[in-house]
Parts: sequence; structure tokens; C-alpha cells
Amino acid sequence: MTLKVRIIPCLDVACGRVVKGVNFVDLVDAGDPVQAAIAYDAAGADELTFLDITATSEGRSATFDMIARTAEQCFMPLTVGGGVREVADIRKLLLAGADKVSINTTAVKNPDFVAEASDKFGDQCIVVAIDAKKVSSKGEEDRWEIFTHGGRRETGIDAIEFAQLVVSKGAGEILLTSMDRDGTQVGYNLPLTRAIADAVHVPVIASGGVGNLDHLVEGVTKGGASAVLAASIFHFGTYTIGEAKAHMQAAGIPVRMHT
Amino acid sequence: MQIAIIDYGSGNLRSAQKAFERASREADISADIRLTSDADWVSKADRIVLPGVGAYADCRAGLDAVSGMVEVLEDAVIKQAKPFLGICVGMQLMASRGLEKATTNGLGWIAGDVVQLQPKDKNLKIPQIGWNTLQVQKPHPLLEGIETGEGGLHAYFVHSYHMECVNTDECIATTNYGGAVTAITGRDNMVGTQFHPEKSQRLGLALISNFLKWAP
Repeated sequence: MTLKVRIIPCLDVACGRVVKGVNFVDLVDAGDPVQAAIAYDAAGADELTFLDITATSEGRSATFDMIARTAEQCFMPLTVGGGVREVADIRKLLLAGADKVSINTTAVKNPDFVAEASDKFGDQCIVVAIDAKKVSSKGEEDRWEIFTHGGRRETGIDAIEFAQLVVSKGAGEILLTSMDRDGTQVGYNLPLTRAIADAVHVPVIASGGVGNLDHLVEGVTKGGASAVLAASIFHFGTYTIGEAKAHMQAAGIPVRMHT
Repeated sequence: MQIAIIDYGSGNLRSAQKAFERASREADISADIRLTSDADWVSKADRIVLPGVGAYADCRAGLDAVSGMVEVLEDAVIKQAKPFLGICVGMQLMASRGLEKATTNGLGWIAGDVVQLQPKDKNLKIPQIGWNTLQVQKPHPLLEGIETGEGGLHAYFVHSYHMECVNTDECIATTNYGGAVTAITGRDNMVGTQFHPEKSQRLGLALISNFLKWAP
């Protein structure tokens, strides 16, 4: 009777291989992306997200090939992000088999690109990935700013204002990663997630910091997220998708138990 | 059997093709499934699929830009009554008009406008993105053998606009998103899904397989 909360494993890929960064550095090879995607498809994941962290054009073509091979075997939604700079990049990703495309640095540099992309492909296709870090000091009111380039470059842009701006330009969804939490396994940054979810009318995907299944529940109940994304806990087999769903259902969150 | 998936510069065509290939293999139906922008090939096809991801006006313009395609579609679907499946914006294009960003004429096969989702519950986000169940309004061969209703299988939706059918008997199934939203529309030999069967795992492959067997 109702839309279900999505559980989304995220695969960071470089040159067609899955890697997982801890705080976006010290990358560890966590396997072959197509095999991982097939396993997640069978396990009942609600969506898959590929973030391409490849810096070279050769690596990029390996990624396109990976998406195409995944889309041949997995009949589930795929979001792909990383290195999207122009409308032609989005077209190529969609033709390879992506359903949604995630834009990060380009949206920060030029928010009008979000408008151009959503006019062309529809709002529902355009995800803006926001990497935010707390910049307020202890005792101050919480304030978060946007970081780009895998979290290395600060921009001075307020995260909430930026989220509202890109949604007004046509972003259909926000993929919100807390840079403070990513890879730490101490849980989502809930105040940040709640602040962004309350500020925009589009779905927010919580990301960064999941270490156990209660963290997924909190992302929804306390953070107000429409979907929860995690990488390490699934990649390294700490929990299965099924265990995550059962845990969320037991906490009263509507999830899709059958594929 | 020849199946034309129309390529008009829109959408996740490869995913649609792969899903049709899988469904036809599983249903043991020998099919030549092509992504095509060749109106001649579409006119010879036994079944026609119109996918679509994108903004309404852009999709309509893309379809118009393919030489002879709209005329061939009218001829094949309306005059020759070949089985037709529209997916997402491909379904929305069956309507009279789309009101996304600008007013754009659809193909006018199903009476109704495509309007923005306005869920009664203000906490619901727009677009609707994710998995939802189907409530059957009118039994249809495409849903045969598929568990629907609250405890049934889920379909994958990703949309900000939806079709408001003028004729209630052309609304085959709805989904609940702060009120009833058209999930499947159709009449005679044509049917359209707001959700993406090619992305809806078990439900999707079963529906595609039913479409391949459908004899309207």
C-alpha cells in the first residue's frame, strides 16, 4: 500500500573494479563489480549505485563496459555517478544501462548544469550527490559545507542552501554523504540528514558511516531519509541485504521483502 | 516473432532490450528483438514497445524527429491493432497531453492528461522513486499469474508526473502514493506501464513475458 524504503548497496568503482575507500583514501579492492551486482540483485537489493572514481578516459571506458554488462544481467535500477561533466556523458551512461545519473562536482561548479540535464532527461533521472562536512565548532549551531573532489576540496558553500538550489534547478534526488562519517562505521550523520531531508521535497539517500543495522533504521526514523546506502557492511559480508531488510521491517519501516 | 523497441533518442533502451531477451528465453518464445529507429522495420514488427526516460516535451520532439515513426505507429497500433506496450514516458505519450514544464500533445490514444504528482500527504517526496505494489482496477492478461495487492510483488517507479485517465475503464491498475496513481493504462491492443518492467525484477519479467504471449 505504500512506497518502500530502499536499501542501496554502493559500489565504488575504478577502471571497472570495485574499491571501497575509508574516508575516501586507502582504497581496498573489494571485487568484481558485475559479480557483486548479480549477487546484490539476487539478494533483493532495491537499487545499485556505482560511483566511478576513475580519473582517466581509459578507465572510464572500462566503466561503461561494466555498466553495460551489469545491465544485461540485472533487471533492477542502476544509478551511476562520477566524472559527469556534460549532457553527452549522461546520454552515454543511460545508453550503457544506467537509469539515473549522479552529478557531484559539476553541479557545484555550475548549478545550471542540473537544469540543463533535467530539462533533457527529466528530474527523475538526475541525482545530485552532495558531500558535506561539519564546519561549525563545538557549541556553535550545526553548519555543514559542501566538499568536492572526493572530499578533498572545500567550497565554502552551505550544504542546506546548496541542496535547495539544486532541487530548484531540477535535481530529482539527493545522495547525501557525510564526509565526517564515511568509512567510520559509527552511523550516519543524523542531524545533517534530517536537515537536508526537511529542506527539500525530493527523496534523500543517506550515505556515509554505516557500521550496523541500527544505523540503517536511524537513517530513516531519525534522519528522514527515503533510502539508505551502505558499502562496506554489505561488501565484506558483515550483513546480508535480507538481514538488513528484516531488521528494518522489525523496526516498523516498510521494506520490500520479496523480489 | 519480431519485436520493435523504438529508439528515438530516449531512455534506457539497452535495459529494455535485455529484459525482453531474458523474458522471451524464459517463456520459450523465439523472438527477434531490435532497438530500431527504422519506421519500415517497426511497420513490419509483430509487437511494438515504446520506452521512454526523460522530459515529456523532449521525448515527444524526439519521436517526431524520427522520420515517419508517428505515422507508422498510428497505422500499426490503431489501424492494424498490433500489441503495443508503452513504458514510463512511453506510456505517458499515449495520453492526450503532457503538462510537464510546457503543454505538449501526446499521441491521443488514451483520453487524459499527464499531470504532476500531488500526494495528499505532504510528507511524501516528489518524484516517487522506488518499489510499490499494484492495485488491480480491471483484470488484464498482462497481470496474469502476477501477485498484486498489498502482499504482492513490487514494481519500480521513478516519476514526477502521472496520467489521469478520463475513462475509468482505461485504468487497469493503480499504485498508492498519497492517493491512487495510474500504474497501468490500456484499451484494446495497447497497454502502458508507469513503472519500469525492465527494472522490476520478477514482476517485470513476468509482465513482459505476458506481453509476448498476449493475443488481444
